[in-house]
Amino acid sequence: MKVTSIRTPLAKVRGLGSAKSGTEHWWEMRLTAIALVPLTFAAVVIVISLIGRNHAAVAQILGSPLVAIIMLLFIYSTTLHMRLGLQSVIEDYVHGKAMKTALLIANTFLTIVLWLACTYAILKLSFGV
Amino acid sequence: MAERPARVERPLSPHLQVYRLTFSFLMSGFHRVTGIVLYVGFLLVVWWLLAAASGPNAYAWVQWFMSTWIGRLVLLGFSWGLIHHSLGGVRHLIWDTGRGFEPNEREWLARSTLIGSISLTLLAWIIGGFVMGGLR
Repeated sequence: MKVTSIRTPLAKVRGLGSAKSGTEHWWEMRLTAIALVPLTFAAVVIVISLIGRNHAAVAQILGSPLVAIIMLLFIYSTTLHMRLGLQSVIEDYVHGKAMKTALLIANTFLTIVLWLACTYAILKLSFGV
Repeated sequence: MAERPARVERPLSPHLQVYRLTFSFLMSGFHRVTGIVLYVGFLLVVWWLLAAASGPNAYAWVQWFMSTWIGRLVLLGFSWGLIHHSLGGVRHLIWDTGRGFEPNEREWLARSTLIGSISLTLLAWIIGGFVMGGLR
């Protein structure tokens, strides 16, 4: 049999490619996109409804269970979606290996920090500690 | 030492500037642009939430910013960008199923995304601003 690929039969069956993550990036982008359709609209309405309110009212509303859960889901999906989206942009336009790697690392760190900061803030308002 | 071979002048594939600027092309680019802008804009959400969690003094700055016309304009643009990118995403989800690639369908989808995003942004401001009292 003529050899046309150096890939082992097991690697072909797994179908995960050389990065070992297969279609994970594509699939997570779609999952977060679907989740974000209703979550984004809800979060936008929540933010607008809080514009003119003072700190006490905002803290109380953001810490109430329904609003807090919607915002936590919105923030989790958004920061994940942001990381995947900007990763594609970096991979498309930045071609220097060192710069690309540095930006991909920075993108991952930044989105995780943003996720943690927002989540911490909402949980603090929810539990009032 | 071997000489480096001269660069071979291969034909290049046509780049962006040879195509006629169409509405669907513009909307496709706008999807990526809004994505990048929203990434930066998310920092405002972080600032807002951390200020609310920090207390009245920190939140006073947010309140001041949101009372200025530029703050309101930023929030209007940010909310429209979010909703527009959402609908642009729905367009991509439709394409993922293999549908909507005919010329008239692409045109229709691009138009619906824009009209839909403007309408839904107005709706969000009516609900949030007036029904739920954010602008009162």
